[in-house]
Amino acid sequence: MIRSEILREIAPILRDHLVVCNIGIPSQELHAIDDQPTNFYMLGTMGLASSIGLGVALAQPKPVIAIDGDGSVLTNMGTLPTIANNVANNFILMIIDNGSYGSTGDQPTYTGKKTSLAKVAEACGCERVIECQDVDTGRVLQEALDSGEMTIMVVKCDSGNAKMPVITMDPVIIRDRFMKSVQA
Amino acid sequence: MSISSKIVDDFVAEGVDFITTVPCKQLAGVIDEVDTRPEIYHIPSNKEDEGMGLCAGAFMGGKKPAIIMQNTAIGVTINTLATLTQYYRMPLPMLISYRGELREPVACQVEMAVHTKALLSQMLIPTYHFHKESDADELPEILKYTFMCNKPVAILTDASFWGGYGDQ
Repeated sequence: MIRSEILREIAPILRDHLVVCNIGIPSQELHAIDDQPTNFYMLGTMGLASSIGLGVALAQPKPVIAIDGDGSVLTNMGTLPTIANNVANNFILMIIDNGSYGSTGDQPTYTGKKTSLAKVAEACGCERVIECQDVDTGRVLQEALDSGEMTIMVVKCDSGNAKMPVITMDPVIIRDRFMKSVQA
Repeated sequence: MSISSKIVDDFVAEGVDFITTVPCKQLAGVIDEVDTRPEIYHIPSNKEDEGMGLCAGAFMGGKKPAIIMQNTAIGVTINTLATLTQYYRMPLPMLISYRGELREPVACQVEMAVHTKALLSQMLIPTYHFHKESDADELPEILKYTFMCNKPVAILTDASFWGGYGDQ
C-alpha cells in the first residue's frame, strides 16, 4: 500500500479526532480524501508535525494524531526525546515510513536502508512504540486510541504518491477552524 | 527581587503558561525560574524550530506560549517563523539572549550579533532591546501586544542587561 491508500482506509478513524498532518503531499492527500475542520494541514515547515501535535496534546485533553513521515522525522530527530520525556497520553505519532522523501520525487531516505525509527524512538525513551505493516494501520491506530497511552506508530509501506490538488485554503482559516474544533 | 523572577512574574501575570527553552549561559537564571513555577508547563527543546512547533501546537490547544532562546537561533528559525508562526498568524513572545554585544568574551558570538537585528527587521518582527534593567518594565506591555496582534515578537536582552558574564 502507498500512503494515500492507508489514509483512505483510516479516514473513518481520523475523522473523529484532532489530526496534525505533515507538509506536502500527505496533507494534500488527506485534504482530498476527507477534509475535516479537525485537520490541521501543514503548508510549510518540514519536520514539525510531531512537535505541533505534541504541543496540541499537552495543551488540552482530546486525542491528537500527528501524521508524519520518515523524512520529516529524520529532519527533526530531536523531537523523539522531547516526546519521550513529556508524556501526553492523548498523543499518537503515526510515522508513515515509506523510505522516501515523497513530496520531492521519492528520493530514498535512510529508513529504507539501515536506520530504524522504531528503535530510535525506543532508545529515546518512548515507551509504547509499534512498528506495523501498512495493512494493519487501522487496527493498530484504533488500539493506540483505546490504550490511553502515548503511542509512536511506525507504519512500513510502499513509496508513492497519489495525484491530488494543492491546498489553496487560507492558513488562517485552517488554523481557525482547527482551534474551534479543539474548543468544541 | 532578581530580574529573572521579575521577568517570569510578568509572564505568569500575562497568562503565559507554556514555555519552551533552549539554554544560553545568559538565560540560565530565567530558565531556572521558569522551572520552579507551577503555573508554567516548561518543555525544553532540542532545537529552536522544534520549540516553535511546540508553541504553535500549544497555542492552538488553548495555551499562551513563549520561547526562550539565544540570538543564534534566529539563523535556525527563519523558515519556521515565516511559514508557521507568521503564515498562520500565531502569537509568540521570544525572549532572546543577545550574545555578541558589549562585554561579550567570545568573538564568534559577534558574527551572529551583527545579523540579528537586520534579520528580525527583514522578517518584519517587532523587536525590543533590553539594555538596562529598567527596560524590562515594558515587558507586560510587550506581552499584551504580542497576544493582541498574533505575531512573533522579539525581546533582545544583552549582556549589560544581565549584568555581564560573571568571571569570564
